[in-house]
Amino acid sequence: MSGRTQRGRQSPMIYSWREHWFWWAVTLGALTPLAWLGWRFWQGTLGVDPVNTINNETGRAALIVLFLSLACTPLTIIFGWRRVLTVRKSLGLIAFAYAALHLANFVGLDYAFDFDLILHDAVLTMPYILAGGLALLILTPLAITSTRGWIKRLGRNWKRLHQLVYAAGVLVVLHFLWQAKAAEREEPLIYAAVLALLLLVRVPPVRRWLMTQRTRLTHRKPPLGHAFEQAKPAK
Amino acid sequence: MVKITPSEITPEHVFLNRRRFMAAAGAVAGSVALAACSPATLNRSEAPATNAEPALTTALGSERLPEALGFAEPTASAAQDELGDPLNKFHEITNYNNFYEFSTNKEVVASEATAFNPYPWQIEVTGLVNNPMTLSIEDIYNRYPQEERIYRLRCVEAWSMVIPWVGFPIAALLKDVAPKPEAQYVKFVTVYRPDEMRGQRSSILEWPYQEGLRLDEAMHPLAILATGMYGKPLTNQQGAPIRLVVPWKYGFKSIKSVVTIELTDTIPGATWNTAAPNEYGFYANVNPRVDHPRWSQASERRIGETGRRDTLMFNGYEDEVAYLYEGMDLSRSF
Repeated sequence: MSGRTQRGRQSPMIYSWREHWFWWAVTLGALTPLAWLGWRFWQGTLGVDPVNTINNETGRAALIVLFLSLACTPLTIIFGWRRVLTVRKSLGLIAFAYAALHLANFVGLDYAFDFDLILHDAVLTMPYILAGGLALLILTPLAITSTRGWIKRLGRNWKRLHQLVYAAGVLVVLHFLWQAKAAEREEPLIYAAVLALLLLVRVPPVRRWLMTQRTRLTHRKPPLGHAFEQAKPAK
Repeated sequence: MVKITPSEITPEHVFLNRRRFMAAAGAVAGSVALAACSPATLNRSEAPATNAEPALTTALGSERLPEALGFAEPTASAAQDELGDPLNKFHEITNYNNFYEFSTNKEVVASEATAFNPYPWQIEVTGLVNNPMTLSIEDIYNRYPQEERIYRLRCVEAWSMVIPWVGFPIAALLKDVAPKPEAQYVKFVTVYRPDEMRGQRSSILEWPYQEGLRLDEAMHPLAILATGMYGKPLTNQQGAPIRLVVPWKYGFKSIKSVVTIELTDTIPGATWNTAAPNEYGFYANVNPRVDHPRWSQASERRIGETGRRDTLMFNGYEDEVAYLYEGMDLSRSF
Protein backbone atom coordinates (compact mmCIF):
# COMPACT_ATOMS: atom_id res chain seq x y z
CA MET A 1 0.00 0.00 0.00
CA SER A 2 2.89 2.34 0.59
CA GLY A 3 4.70 1.72 -2.63
CA ARG A 4 4.73 5.36 -3.54
CA THR A 5 6.18 7.19 -0.60
CA GLN A 6 9.00 8.38 -2.81
CA ARG A 7 11.78 7.99 -0.37
CA GLY A 8 14.38 10.69 -0.65
CA ARG A 9 12.72 12.63 -3.42
CA GLN A 10 11.03 15.19 -1.26
CA SER A 11 13.48 15.02 1.64
CA PRO A 12 17.13 15.75 2.21
CA MET A 13 19.52 12.81 2.27
CA ILE A 14 19.65 12.58 6.03
CA TYR A 15 15.89 12.09 6.22
CA SER A 16 16.04 9.43 3.56
CA TRP A 17 18.60 7.56 5.62
CA ARG A 18 16.35 7.75 8.63
CA GLU A 19 13.48 6.40 6.62
CA HIS A 20 15.52 3.47 5.44
CA TRP A 21 16.75 2.77 8.91
CA PHE A 22 13.21 2.72 10.19
CA TRP A 23 12.00 0.50 7.35
CA TRP A 24 14.74 -2.04 7.94
CA ALA A 25 14.26 -2.07 11.71
CA VAL A 26 10.52 -2.65 11.48
CA THR A 27 10.76 -5.18 8.67
CA LEU A 28 13.45 -7.20 10.37
CA GLY A 29 11.58 -6.91 13.66
CA ALA A 30 8.45 -8.32 12.03
CA LEU A 31 10.50 -11.21 10.65
CA THR A 32 12.03 -12.03 14.05
CA PRO A 33 9.29 -14.50 15.08
CA LEU A 34 9.92 -16.38 11.82
CA ALA A 35 13.66 -16.54 12.48
CA TRP A 36 13.03 -17.69 16.04
CA LEU A 37 10.59 -20.35 14.86
CA GLY A 38 13.05 -21.52 12.21
CA TRP A 39 15.83 -21.72 14.79
CA ARG A 40 13.70 -23.77 17.17
CA PHE A 41 12.61 -26.03 14.31
CA TRP A 42 16.26 -26.54 13.37
CA GLN A 43 17.23 -27.22 16.98
CA GLY A 44 14.26 -29.49 17.62
CA THR A 45 13.07 -27.31 20.50
CA LEU A 46 9.54 -26.61 19.37
CA GLY A 47 8.20 -28.42 22.42
CA VAL A 48 6.18 -31.55 23.00
CA ASP A 49 3.72 -30.76 20.23
CA PRO A 50 5.61 -28.93 17.45
CA VAL A 51 2.51 -28.85 15.22
CA ASN A 52 0.65 -26.93 17.89
CA THR A 53 3.60 -24.63 18.59
CA ILE A 54 3.97 -23.73 14.91
CA ASN A 55 0.22 -23.23 14.72
CA ASN A 56 0.13 -20.84 17.67
CA GLU A 57 3.28 -18.90 16.81
CA THR A 58 2.48 -18.33 13.14
CA GLY A 59 -1.13 -17.48 13.95
CA ARG A 60 -0.24 -14.95 16.61
CA ALA A 61 2.52 -13.42 14.46
CA ALA A 62 0.13 -13.08 11.50
CA LEU A 63 -2.43 -11.31 13.66
CA ILE A 64 0.00 -8.95 15.38
CA VAL A 65 1.85 -7.98 12.19
CA LEU A 66 -1.44 -7.48 10.36
CA PHE A 67 -2.57 -5.19 13.17
CA LEU A 68 0.72 -3.29 13.02
CA SER A 69 0.09 -2.71 9.33
CA LEU A 70 -3.40 -1.48 10.23
CA ALA A 71 -1.87 0.83 12.85
CA CYS A 72 0.22 2.78 10.32
CA THR A 73 -2.53 5.07 9.14
CA PRO A 74 -3.91 5.78 12.65
CA LEU A 75 -0.42 6.63 13.90
CA THR A 76 -0.02 9.04 11.05
CA ILE A 77 -3.41 10.61 11.69
CA ILE A 78 -2.86 11.00 15.42
CA PHE A 79 0.84 11.79 15.64
CA GLY A 80 1.76 12.83 12.14
CA TRP A 81 4.40 10.12 11.90
CA ARG A 82 4.60 10.03 8.15
CA ARG A 83 7.50 7.63 8.34
CA VAL A 84 5.37 4.72 9.51
CA LEU A 85 3.56 4.70 6.18
CA THR A 86 6.74 3.41 4.56
CA VAL A 87 6.48 0.07 6.38
CA ARG A 88 2.81 -0.56 5.74
CA LYS A 89 3.36 -2.64 2.63
CA SER A 90 6.14 -4.77 4.07
CA LEU A 91 4.11 -5.40 7.25
CA GLY A 92 1.10 -6.42 5.17
CA LEU A 93 3.17 -8.84 3.11
CA ILE A 94 4.86 -10.33 6.17
CA ALA A 95 1.46 -10.81 7.84
CA PHE A 96 0.31 -12.63 4.72
CA ALA A 97 3.44 -14.82 4.83
CA TYR A 98 2.72 -15.81 8.46
CA ALA A 99 -0.90 -16.57 7.61
CA ALA A 100 0.21 -18.72 4.67
CA LEU A 101 2.62 -20.63 6.94
CA HIS A 102 -0.21 -21.03 9.46
CA LEU A 103 -2.37 -22.60 6.75
CA ALA A 104 0.49 -24.76 5.43
CA ASN A 105 1.07 -26.14 8.93
CA PHE A 106 -2.65 -26.86 9.35
CA VAL A 107 -2.97 -28.60 5.98
CA GLY A 108 0.40 -30.32 5.88
CA LEU A 109 1.48 -31.17 9.41
CA ASP A 110 -1.81 -31.23 11.31
CA TYR A 111 -4.02 -32.89 8.68
CA ALA A 112 -1.27 -34.48 6.51
CA PHE A 113 -2.96 -33.24 3.31
CA ASP A 114 -6.09 -35.27 4.00
CA PHE A 115 -8.36 -32.86 2.15
CA ASP A 116 -11.45 -34.95 2.64
CA LEU A 117 -10.93 -34.85 6.40
CA ILE A 118 -10.10 -31.14 6.29
CA LEU A 119 -13.35 -30.43 4.50
CA HIS A 120 -15.63 -32.58 6.65
CA ASP A 121 -13.81 -32.51 9.96
CA ALA A 122 -12.69 -28.91 9.97
CA VAL A 123 -14.11 -26.50 7.41
CA LEU A 124 -17.72 -27.63 7.59
CA THR A 125 -17.93 -28.15 11.35
CA MET A 126 -15.78 -25.40 12.77
CA PRO A 127 -16.86 -21.80 12.22
CA TYR A 128 -13.49 -20.50 13.36
CA ILE A 129 -11.77 -22.42 10.55
CA LEU A 130 -14.15 -20.82 8.08
CA ALA A 131 -13.40 -17.35 9.45
CA GLY A 132 -9.66 -17.92 9.26
CA GLY A 133 -9.85 -19.36 5.76
CA LEU A 134 -11.94 -16.44 4.58
CA ALA A 135 -9.44 -13.97 6.06
CA LEU A 136 -6.60 -15.62 4.17
CA LEU A 137 -8.69 -15.70 1.03
CA ILE A 138 -9.09 -11.93 1.33
CA LEU A 139 -5.42 -11.29 2.07
CA THR A 140 -4.24 -13.25 -0.97
CA PRO A 141 -5.36 -10.79 -3.70
CA LEU A 142 -4.21 -7.92 -1.51
CA ALA A 143 -0.73 -9.40 -1.36
CA ILE A 144 -0.69 -10.04 -5.10
CA THR A 145 -1.79 -6.49 -5.93
CA SER A 146 0.66 -4.81 -3.58
CA THR A 147 3.12 -4.05 -6.38
CA ARG A 148 3.52 -0.68 -8.10
CA GLY A 149 2.34 -2.20 -11.37
CA TRP A 150 -0.97 -3.33 -9.85
CA ILE A 151 -1.44 -0.01 -8.08
CA LYS A 152 -1.22 1.76 -11.42
CA ARG A 153 -3.35 -0.80 -13.21
CA LEU A 154 -6.17 -0.70 -10.69
CA GLY A 155 -6.22 3.05 -10.16
CA ARG A 156 -9.04 4.10 -7.86
CA ASN A 157 -10.18 0.53 -7.43
CA TRP A 158 -6.92 -0.37 -5.75
CA LYS A 159 -7.87 1.56 -2.66
CA ARG A 160 -11.34 0.04 -2.60
CA LEU A 161 -9.89 -3.43 -2.96
CA HIS A 162 -7.42 -2.87 -0.17
CA GLN A 163 -10.08 -1.63 2.19
CA LEU A 164 -11.01 -5.31 2.42
CA VAL A 165 -8.13 -5.60 4.87
CA TYR A 166 -10.53 -4.30 7.55
CA ALA A 167 -12.82 -7.26 6.93
CA ALA A 168 -9.80 -9.56 7.13
CA GLY A 169 -8.88 -8.00 10.48
CA VAL A 170 -12.36 -8.65 11.86
CA LEU A 171 -12.33 -12.25 10.58
CA VAL A 172 -8.93 -12.89 12.10
CA VAL A 173 -10.15 -11.75 15.51
CA LEU A 174 -13.25 -13.94 15.19
CA HIS A 175 -11.03 -16.84 14.15
CA PHE A 176 -8.98 -16.42 17.31
CA LEU A 177 -11.97 -15.78 19.57
CA TRP A 178 -14.11 -18.69 18.39
CA GLN A 179 -11.47 -21.31 19.00
CA ALA A 180 -10.66 -20.05 22.51
CA LYS A 181 -12.07 -21.64 25.65
CA ALA A 182 -14.21 -19.52 27.91
CA ALA A 183 -11.29 -19.23 30.31
CA GLU A 184 -8.94 -18.08 27.56
CA ARG A 185 -10.85 -15.32 25.82
CA GLU A 186 -8.81 -12.54 27.35
CA GLU A 187 -6.15 -12.37 24.65
CA PRO A 188 -8.50 -12.44 21.65
CA LEU A 189 -10.72 -9.86 23.36
CA ILE A 190 -7.73 -7.55 23.80
CA TYR A 191 -7.04 -7.86 20.07
CA ALA A 192 -10.70 -7.16 19.39
CA ALA A 193 -10.46 -3.95 21.41
CA VAL A 194 -7.26 -2.92 19.62
CA LEU A 195 -8.90 -3.54 16.25
CA ALA A 196 -11.94 -1.53 17.27
CA LEU A 197 -9.69 1.42 18.14
CA LEU A 198 -7.74 1.13 14.88
CA LEU A 199 -10.96 1.13 12.90
CA LEU A 200 -12.49 3.93 14.94
CA VAL A 201 -9.65 6.29 14.03
CA ARG A 202 -10.56 5.78 10.37
CA VAL A 203 -14.16 6.89 10.73
CA PRO A 204 -14.18 10.20 8.82
CA PRO A 205 -15.49 12.52 11.60
CA VAL A 206 -13.12 10.97 14.15
CA ARG A 207 -10.28 11.19 11.71
CA ARG A 208 -10.96 14.85 10.94
CA TRP A 209 -11.25 15.72 14.61
CA LEU A 210 -7.98 13.95 15.45
CA MET A 211 -6.20 15.72 12.64
CA THR A 212 -7.37 19.16 13.71
CA GLN A 213 -6.33 18.38 17.28
CA ARG A 214 -2.90 17.40 16.09
CA THR A 215 -2.54 20.44 13.89
CA ARG A 216 -3.55 22.69 16.77
CA LEU A 217 -1.01 21.07 19.07
CA THR A 218 1.86 20.94 16.66
CA HIS A 219 1.37 23.86 14.32
CA ARG A 220 4.19 25.71 15.99
CA LYS A 221 6.57 22.97 14.97
CA PRO A 222 6.70 22.83 11.17
CA PRO A 223 7.05 20.96 8.96
CA LEU A 224 5.71 17.79 10.63
CA GLY A 225 2.36 19.46 11.24
CA HIS A 226 1.24 18.68 7.75
CA ALA A 227 2.99 15.39 7.50
CA PHE A 228 -0.08 13.33 6.83
CA GLU A 229 -1.23 15.55 4.02
CA GLN A 230 2.17 15.30 2.44
CA ALA A 231 2.18 11.54 2.75
CA LYS A 232 -1.04 11.17 0.88
CA PRO A 233 -0.52 9.26 -2.32
CA ALA A 234 -0.18 11.37 -5.42
CA LYS A 235 -3.35 11.28 -7.47
CA MET B 1 -8.98 -56.83 26.62
CA VAL B 2 -6.97 -57.90 23.61
CA LYS B 3 -4.05 -60.16 24.39
CA ILE B 4 -0.72 -58.85 23.25
CA THR B 5 1.05 -61.57 21.31
CA PRO B 6 4.69 -62.51 21.84
CA SER B 7 5.55 -60.95 18.51
CA GLU B 8 4.58 -57.60 19.94
CA ILE B 9 6.78 -58.09 22.93
CA THR B 10 8.80 -55.27 24.35
CA PRO B 11 11.94 -54.26 22.47
CA GLU B 12 15.23 -55.22 24.01
CA HIS B 13 16.24 -51.82 25.31
CA VAL B 14 13.00 -51.61 27.22
CA PHE B 15 12.89 -55.08 28.68
CA LEU B 16 16.49 -54.96 29.79
CA ASN B 17 15.45 -52.14 32.08
CA ARG B 18 12.18 -53.66 33.02
CA ARG B 19 10.88 -52.94 36.46
CA ARG B 20 7.64 -53.77 38.12
CA PHE B 21 5.58 -52.28 40.82
CA MET B 22 4.32 -54.87 43.22
CA ALA B 23 2.63 -54.77 46.52
CA ALA B 24 5.03 -54.28 49.33
CA ALA B 25 4.25 -57.68 50.73
CA GLY B 26 6.64 -58.33 53.53
CA ALA B 27 8.59 -55.23 52.67
CA VAL B 28 9.00 -52.17 54.83
CA ALA B 29 5.64 -50.57 55.32
CA GLY B 30 5.12 -47.52 53.16
CA SER B 31 7.56 -48.53 50.48
CA VAL B 32 6.98 -50.14 47.17
CA ALA B 33 9.26 -52.96 46.30
CA LEU B 34 10.94 -53.33 42.99
CA ALA B 35 10.96 -56.58 41.15
CA ALA B 36 13.03 -56.94 38.04
CA CYS B 37 12.18 -59.60 35.53
CA SER B 38 14.84 -62.17 35.12
CA PRO B 39 15.67 -62.96 31.51
CA ALA B 40 13.85 -66.27 31.85
CA THR B 41 10.52 -64.50 32.30
CA LEU B 42 10.88 -62.30 29.26
CA ASN B 43 9.64 -64.59 26.56
CA ARG B 44 6.25 -65.22 28.00
CA SER B 45 3.33 -63.50 26.43
CA GLU B 46 2.64 -60.17 28.03
CA ALA B 47 -0.42 -60.03 30.15
CA PRO B 48 -2.85 -57.43 28.94
CA ALA B 49 -2.29 -54.06 30.44
CA THR B 50 -5.61 -54.06 32.21
CA ASN B 51 -5.27 -57.37 34.00
CA ALA B 52 -3.95 -57.48 37.49
CA GLU B 53 -0.83 -59.48 36.97
CA PRO B 54 0.38 -61.84 39.62
CA ALA B 55 3.19 -60.06 41.34
CA LEU B 56 6.49 -61.18 39.93
CA THR B 57 8.44 -62.96 42.58
CA THR B 58 11.82 -62.78 40.95
CA ALA B 59 14.43 -61.65 43.40
CA LEU B 60 15.60 -58.09 43.30
CA GLY B 61 18.29 -58.76 40.78
CA SER B 62 19.16 -55.19 40.05
CA GLU B 63 21.85 -53.03 41.48
CA ARG B 64 19.44 -50.12 41.17
CA LEU B 65 17.10 -50.24 44.11
CA PRO B 66 14.11 -48.00 44.46
CA GLU B 67 14.59 -44.90 46.52
CA ALA B 68 11.58 -44.40 48.73
CA LEU B 69 8.70 -44.64 46.28
CA GLY B 70 10.48 -43.99 43.03
CA PHE B 71 12.59 -45.87 40.60
CA ALA B 72 15.82 -44.71 39.08
CA GLU B 73 14.40 -44.32 35.62
CA PRO B 74 11.07 -44.42 33.82
CA THR B 75 10.05 -47.95 32.93
CA ALA B 76 7.05 -49.71 31.50
CA SER B 77 6.28 -53.36 30.83
CA ALA B 78 5.43 -52.87 27.18
CA ALA B 79 6.29 -50.46 24.43
CA GLN B 80 2.77 -50.12 23.07
CA ASP B 81 -0.88 -50.31 23.96
CA GLU B 82 -3.13 -53.25 23.08
CA LEU B 83 -3.84 -51.64 19.68
CA GLY B 84 -0.13 -51.69 18.87
CA ASP B 85 0.42 -47.95 19.22
CA PRO B 86 3.65 -46.88 20.92
CA LEU B 87 3.70 -45.33 24.37
CA ASN B 88 4.32 -41.62 24.51
CA LYS B 89 7.66 -40.66 25.93
CA PHE B 90 8.06 -39.78 29.58
CA HIS B 91 9.11 -36.22 28.79
CA GLU B 92 6.09 -35.73 26.49
CA ILE B 93 3.65 -36.93 29.13
CA THR B 94 5.23 -34.75 31.82
CA ASN B 95 5.58 -31.58 29.74
CA TYR B 96 2.17 -31.31 28.11
CA ASN B 97 -0.40 -31.04 30.87
CA ASN B 98 -3.77 -29.43 31.17
CA PHE B 99 -3.74 -28.46 34.83
CA TYR B 100 -5.24 -24.99 35.16
CA GLU B 101 -4.36 -24.93 38.85
CA PHE B 102 -0.85 -24.09 37.64
CA SER B 103 -1.20 -22.57 34.18
CA THR B 104 -3.42 -22.63 31.14
CA ASN B 105 -0.28 -23.19 29.06
CA LYS B 106 0.25 -26.95 28.81
CA GLU B 107 4.00 -26.62 28.40
CA VAL B 108 4.43 -24.30 31.38
CA VAL B 109 2.52 -26.43 33.92
CA ALA B 110 5.59 -28.58 34.67
CA SER B 111 7.71 -25.66 35.82
CA GLU B 112 4.86 -23.95 37.70
CA ALA B 113 4.11 -27.21 39.49
CA THR B 114 7.52 -27.25 41.20
CA ALA B 115 5.95 -24.92 43.78
CA PHE B 116 3.61 -27.72 44.85
CA ASN B 117 4.62 -29.93 47.80
CA PRO B 118 2.00 -32.66 47.99
CA TYR B 119 3.37 -34.67 50.93
CA PRO B 120 2.10 -35.52 53.47
CA TRP B 121 -1.19 -36.26 51.73
CA GLN B 122 -4.54 -37.35 53.06
CA ILE B 123 -7.43 -38.55 50.97
CA GLU B 124 -10.84 -38.58 52.58
CA VAL B 125 -13.49 -41.04 51.42
CA THR B 126 -16.80 -39.93 52.79
CA GLY B 127 -20.48 -39.27 52.12
CA LEU B 128 -23.08 -42.03 51.79
CA VAL B 129 -20.85 -44.83 53.04
CA ASN B 130 -20.92 -47.13 56.03
CA ASN B 131 -17.19 -47.08 56.47
CA PRO B 132 -15.73 -43.61 55.91
CA MET B 133 -11.94 -43.59 55.69
CA THR B 134 -9.08 -41.16 55.62
CA LEU B 135 -6.00 -42.58 53.96
CA SER B 136 -2.45 -41.41 53.52
CA ILE B 137 -0.56 -42.29 50.36
CA GLU B 138 1.33 -44.87 52.39
CA ASP B 139 -2.00 -46.41 53.43
CA ILE B 140 -3.00 -46.53 49.77
CA TYR B 141 0.19 -48.33 48.81
CA ASN B 142 -0.21 -50.78 51.68
CA ARG B 143 -3.85 -51.59 51.10
CA TYR B 144 -4.06 -51.66 47.32
CA PRO B 145 -1.62 -53.54 45.08
CA GLN B 146 -0.36 -51.15 42.43
CA GLU B 147 -0.50 -52.40 38.88
CA GLU B 148 0.36 -51.02 35.49
CA ARG B 149 -2.36 -49.91 33.08
CA ILE B 150 -1.43 -48.75 29.60
CA TYR B 151 -4.25 -46.45 28.54
CA ARG B 152 -4.94 -43.98 25.78
CA LEU B 153 -5.70 -40.49 27.04
CA ARG B 154 -7.93 -38.47 24.73
CA CYS B 155 -8.14 -34.78 25.54
CA VAL B 156 -11.31 -32.89 24.64
CA GLU B 157 -8.98 -30.57 22.71
CA ALA B 158 -8.50 -33.40 20.15
CA TRP B 159 -5.02 -34.57 21.02
CA SER B 160 -4.11 -37.88 22.60
CA MET B 161 -1.33 -39.89 24.21
CA VAL B 162 -0.64 -43.46 25.31
CA ILE B 163 0.37 -43.54 28.97
CA PRO B 164 1.60 -46.39 31.20
CA TRP B 165 -0.14 -45.53 34.46
CA VAL B 166 0.46 -47.24 37.77
CA GLY B 167 -2.51 -47.47 40.06
CA PHE B 168 -5.42 -49.58 41.24
CA PRO B 169 -9.10 -49.94 40.44
CA ILE B 170 -11.13 -47.40 42.37
CA ALA B 171 -13.70 -50.17 42.80
CA ALA B 172 -11.42 -51.72 45.43
CA LEU B 173 -11.48 -48.55 47.49
CA LEU B 174 -15.22 -48.07 47.05
CA LYS B 175 -15.92 -51.62 48.22
CA ASP B 176 -13.88 -50.97 51.34
CA VAL B 177 -15.94 -47.93 52.33
CA ALA B 178 -19.18 -49.87 51.75
CA PRO B 179 -21.48 -47.47 49.90
CA LYS B 180 -24.98 -47.14 51.30
CA PRO B 181 -27.80 -48.33 49.03
CA GLU B 182 -28.86 -44.75 48.25
CA ALA B 183 -25.39 -43.76 46.97
CA GLN B 184 -25.56 -43.19 43.22
CA TYR B 185 -22.73 -40.87 42.33
CA VAL B 186 -19.12 -40.32 43.28
CA LYS B 187 -17.79 -36.80 43.63
CA PHE B 188 -14.07 -36.03 43.47
CA VAL B 189 -12.39 -32.85 44.68
CA THR B 190 -8.88 -31.55 43.93
CA VAL B 191 -6.75 -30.02 46.66
CA TYR B 192 -7.17 -26.25 47.16
CA ARG B 193 -3.80 -24.63 47.84
CA PRO B 194 -3.65 -21.22 46.18
CA ASP B 195 -0.29 -20.58 47.85
CA GLU B 196 1.24 -23.43 45.88
CA MET B 197 -1.07 -23.41 42.87
CA ARG B 198 -0.96 -20.01 41.30
CA GLY B 199 -3.77 -20.73 38.88
CA GLN B 200 -6.12 -21.02 41.85
CA ARG B 201 -5.45 -17.35 42.61
CA SER B 202 -7.22 -16.38 39.39
CA SER B 203 -10.87 -16.90 38.65
CA ILE B 204 -10.55 -18.67 35.29
CA LEU B 205 -12.42 -21.63 36.80
CA GLU B 206 -14.29 -22.21 40.01
CA TRP B 207 -11.92 -23.68 42.59
CA PRO B 208 -11.42 -26.27 43.88
CA TYR B 209 -11.78 -28.39 40.74
CA GLN B 210 -14.49 -31.03 41.03
CA GLU B 211 -15.54 -34.00 38.98
CA GLY B 212 -18.11 -36.73 39.23
CA LEU B 213 -18.98 -40.18 37.99
CA ARG B 214 -22.00 -42.36 38.28
CA LEU B 215 -21.29 -45.05 40.89
CA ASP B 216 -21.47 -47.83 38.30
CA GLU B 217 -18.96 -45.97 36.12
CA ALA B 218 -16.62 -45.57 39.07
CA MET B 219 -16.97 -49.28 39.89
CA HIS B 220 -15.93 -50.27 36.36
CA PRO B 221 -12.64 -52.19 36.43
CA LEU B 222 -11.05 -49.86 33.89
CA ALA B 223 -11.49 -46.83 36.16
CA ILE B 224 -8.42 -46.43 38.31
CA LEU B 225 -6.84 -44.17 40.85
CA ALA B 226 -3.32 -43.62 39.55
CA THR B 227 -0.36 -43.02 41.82
CA GLY B 228 2.40 -43.37 39.27
CA MET B 229 3.41 -43.44 35.65
CA TYR B 230 6.25 -45.23 33.87
CA GLY B 231 6.99 -46.99 37.15
CA LYS B 232 7.60 -43.72 38.99
CA PRO B 233 5.39 -41.79 41.37
CA LEU B 234 3.22 -39.19 39.62
CA THR B 235 4.94 -35.90 38.94
CA ASN B 236 3.27 -32.80 40.34
CA GLN B 237 2.11 -31.70 36.89
CA GLN B 238 0.31 -35.01 36.40
CA GLY B 239 -1.70 -34.65 39.59
CA ALA B 240 0.55 -36.03 42.31
CA PRO B 241 0.18 -37.91 44.49
CA ILE B 242 -3.08 -39.51 43.39
CA ARG B 243 -5.50 -38.88 40.56
CA LEU B 244 -8.40 -40.45 38.74
CA VAL B 245 -7.95 -42.05 35.31
CA VAL B 246 -11.10 -42.92 33.35
CA PRO B 247 -9.74 -43.85 29.93
CA TRP B 248 -13.00 -43.88 27.98
CA LYS B 249 -13.80 -40.28 28.89
CA TYR B 250 -12.19 -36.99 27.85
CA GLY B 251 -9.16 -36.14 29.93
CA PHE B 252 -10.79 -33.42 32.01
CA LYS B 253 -12.86 -36.07 33.81
CA SER B 254 -9.65 -37.63 35.15
CA ILE B 255 -9.33 -35.21 38.05
CA LYS B 256 -5.88 -34.65 39.54
CA SER B 257 -4.43 -34.37 43.06
CA VAL B 258 -7.58 -35.74 44.71
CA VAL B 259 -8.23 -35.01 48.40
CA THR B 260 -11.90 -35.91 48.70
CA ILE B 261 -14.02 -38.72 47.34
CA GLU B 262 -17.63 -38.37 48.36
CA LEU B 263 -20.52 -40.66 47.59
CA THR B 264 -23.76 -38.82 46.94
CA ASP B 265 -27.34 -39.44 45.88
CA THR B 266 -27.47 -36.36 43.65
CA ILE B 267 -25.44 -35.62 40.54
CA PRO B 268 -22.29 -33.82 41.62
CA GLY B 269 -21.27 -30.54 40.04
CA ALA B 270 -18.33 -30.95 37.68
CA THR B 271 -16.15 -27.90 37.10
CA TRP B 272 -16.06 -27.73 33.30
CA ASN B 273 -19.65 -28.90 33.01
CA THR B 274 -20.70 -26.05 35.30
CA ALA B 275 -18.50 -23.50 33.51
CA ALA B 276 -19.78 -24.31 30.00
CA PRO B 277 -22.59 -26.91 30.06
CA ASN B 278 -23.14 -26.71 26.30
CA GLU B 279 -19.49 -27.54 25.62
CA TYR B 280 -18.59 -30.06 28.31
CA GLY B 281 -21.11 -32.67 29.34
CA PHE B 282 -21.28 -34.49 32.66
CA TYR B 283 -20.57 -37.82 30.96
CA ALA B 284 -17.90 -36.54 28.57
CA ASN B 285 -17.48 -39.96 26.99
CA VAL B 286 -15.08 -39.93 24.06
CA ASN B 287 -17.40 -40.00 21.06
CA PRO B 288 -16.34 -39.23 17.48
CA ARG B 289 -19.98 -38.74 16.48
CA VAL B 290 -20.75 -35.97 18.94
CA ASP B 291 -18.83 -32.80 18.08
CA HIS B 292 -17.77 -30.17 20.53
CA PRO B 293 -19.77 -27.03 19.62
CA ARG B 294 -16.64 -25.36 18.35
CA TRP B 295 -14.69 -28.21 16.83
CA SER B 296 -15.02 -31.75 15.53
CA GLN B 297 -14.29 -34.74 17.73
CA ALA B 298 -14.06 -37.16 14.81
CA SER B 299 -10.27 -37.07 14.65
CA GLU B 300 -7.36 -36.47 16.94
CA ARG B 301 -3.62 -35.92 16.77
CA ARG B 302 -1.46 -38.30 18.71
CA ILE B 303 1.29 -36.32 20.41
CA GLY B 304 4.53 -37.08 18.60
CA GLU B 305 2.82 -37.61 15.26
CA THR B 306 1.79 -35.43 12.37
CA GLY B 307 -1.50 -36.05 10.63
CA ARG B 308 -4.69 -37.24 12.27
CA ARG B 309 -6.10 -40.48 13.61
CA ASP B 310 -9.75 -41.38 13.70
CA THR B 311 -11.10 -40.99 17.20
CA LEU B 312 -12.48 -44.29 18.48
CA MET B 313 -15.84 -44.70 20.20
CA PHE B 314 -15.27 -44.64 23.97
CA ASN B 315 -11.62 -44.08 23.10
CA GLY B 316 -11.29 -47.68 21.93
CA TYR B 317 -12.82 -49.18 25.09
CA GLU B 318 -16.27 -49.63 23.59
CA ASP B 319 -16.41 -53.40 24.14
CA GLU B 320 -15.68 -52.93 27.81
CA VAL B 321 -17.84 -49.95 28.73
CA ALA B 322 -20.65 -49.53 26.18
CA TYR B 323 -23.10 -51.48 28.39
CA LEU B 324 -22.95 -48.69 30.96
CA TYR B 325 -24.78 -46.41 28.54
CA GLU B 326 -27.29 -48.75 26.96
CA GLY B 327 -30.52 -47.02 26.06
CA MET B 328 -29.05 -43.56 26.54
CA ASP B 329 -29.03 -40.94 23.80
CA LEU B 330 -25.33 -40.09 23.82
CA SER B 331 -25.79 -36.97 21.70
CA ARG B 332 -27.98 -35.54 24.47
CA SER B 333 -26.19 -37.09 27.44
CA PHE B 334 -22.78 -36.11 26.08
